Amino acid sequence: MNDPIIRFDNVVKRFGDHTVLDELNFDIRKGEKVTIIGPSGSGKSTVLRILMTLEGIEGGVVHVGGEPLWHEHGPVGLVPASQAHLHRMRGQLGMVFQQFNLFPHMTVLRNITEAPVKVLGLGKAEARDRAEELLELVGLSDHAQKYPHQLSGGQQQRVGIARALAMRPNILLFDEPTSALDPELVGEVLNVIGQLSEEHDLTMLLVTHEMRFAREISDRILFFDQGRIVEEGSPAQLFTSPQRERTREFLGSELDRVLAV
Amino acid sequence: MLFGFEWDTTNALTLALSILPILMVGLWVTLQATVLGFFVALVMGMVLAVLKGARSRLVSWPAYAVTEFIRDTPLLVQLFFLYYVLPEYGIVLPAFLTGALALGIQYSAYTSEVYRAGLEAVGHDQREAARALNLSRARTFTHVIVPQAIPRIIPAMGNYLVSIMKDVPVLSVVTVLEMLNVARIVGDRTFDYLVPLSMVGGIYLILTLVASSGVRWLDRNLPNQGIPLK
Ligand SMILES: Nc1ncnc2c1ncn2[C@@H]1O[C@H](COP(=O)(O)OP(=O)(O)OP(=O)(O)O)[C@@H](O)[C@H]1O
Ligand SMILES: [Mg+2]
Repeated sequence: MNDPIIRFDNVVKRFGDHTVLDELNFDIRKGEKVTIIGPSGSGKSTVLRILMTLEGIEGGVVHVGGEPLWHEHGPVGLVPASQAHLHRMRGQLGMVFQQFNLFPHMTVLRNITEAPVKVLGLGKAEARDRAEELLELVGLSDHAQKYPHQLSGGQQQRVGIARALAMRPNILLFDEPTSALDPELVGEVLNVIGQLSEEHDLTMLLVTHEMRFAREISDRILFFDQGRIVEEGSPAQLFTSPQRERTREFLGSELDRVLAV
Repeated sequence: MLFGFEWDTTNALTLALSILPILMVGLWVTLQATVLGFFVALVMGMVLAVLKGARSRLVSWPAYAVTEFIRDTPLLVQLFFLYYVLPEYGIVLPAFLTGALALGIQYSAYTSEVYRAGLEAVGHDQREAARALNLSRARTFTHVIVPQAIPRIIPAMGNYLVSIMKDVPVLSVVTVLEMLNVARIVGDRTFDYLVPLSMVGGIYLILTLVASSGVRWLDRNLPNQGIPLK
């Protein structure tokens, strides 16, 4: 019952001879809301992209829902995953991108219904009904027939969230969902994410620089530096009494960044 | 007389008016060669683009080699090759077909690059979004990548259509009676080259200007987000 829904087991990730993740280990329990913080280039996005199967791994094993993500059980131990396995595993995950990555030639409604119809095999009417519910959830009921370029950044990102949710993932990954937004649009997106964080069953893994928000919604914070977890703990522990010098330094610099704006 | 039309050599104007229908017959052949050549270039270019995109080097390398070979040799060499060499192997095509084929093959080297550039211009973020949504490769290609590539591909193809039209006179060397060849024959027989050749130049100028403004109109009016899907 306490089996983690996500487990990184000595995961190694390299780009060429640059080792980005060096034997990374961590667990996330079902329903947990975890925020990853850390300086630029520390490997935060890489962790999410590995989970979303956008990036492979060079060593170790990633487990999702108790099954290896990038491997399959062969006759003698683990073998690299087939496309079919990756396809099946991806069904558990959804991702919200920093740049939204909406399909610009599809209406908002089509952005949200395309995958449920083609991948989950939902009927068009059913998919539309669900899309409309999701649009209501993110506060965009009146925009179903618009194209992404007709929406503000904040609205586009809310469509991005609705699109990910339409696939009914157990795990939702957010990679700096508000970093590309004008400051006055950040709030509307954080509100939606905050609302989702109350869903008991949904596991959330969030990369953000919004420290106040992270503190409010997270069960746990992981502080990354150079592809390793330097410190982790509850928001209260990590933000008020960080144990490591490196963590204090980072939080200080983030505070300066916020105050400088 | 040519194609049943008589010419009137009284003065330049009467000559021009009387040979206009004759040149139109040649123009019709020119346009047919253009369209057929363009069609061959579109289809063969697509085949080359797909082969060049293949993951196996065994497939992609020959496609690159063929493209490079086509691009680095003159159209006339390819045309002569098809016209004089193929019959030695028992493949005898009418001059018109041979010519259109040579044009199509020549331009397939360029159109294949248009396809590839158009597809590659669709950002990687779109493929990643499709992957995160678990869309199949085929569905991603046909419904995410291609609709966004088309508005980039069409204007570039339009420019090559114009180029092909301007290259059709090369076919005259293998006896195709396209517009320039017809004008030369008229000149041979009337001893006046100035009028027919000027007319060919003028007709080409008009056609090219019209076609180019059509391409520019397309460029402006195609939806730059991609072919809309509701
Ligand atoms: N496709 C790639 N090819 C080569 N190196 C890469 C690639 N993607 C990421 N990297 C490198 O991996 C390291 C970690 O990148 P990652 O994007 O995970 O960092 P991050 O913590 O998300 O940083 P940021 O806060 O700037 O988004 C960086 O040094 C980056 O340059
Ligand atoms: Mg990042």
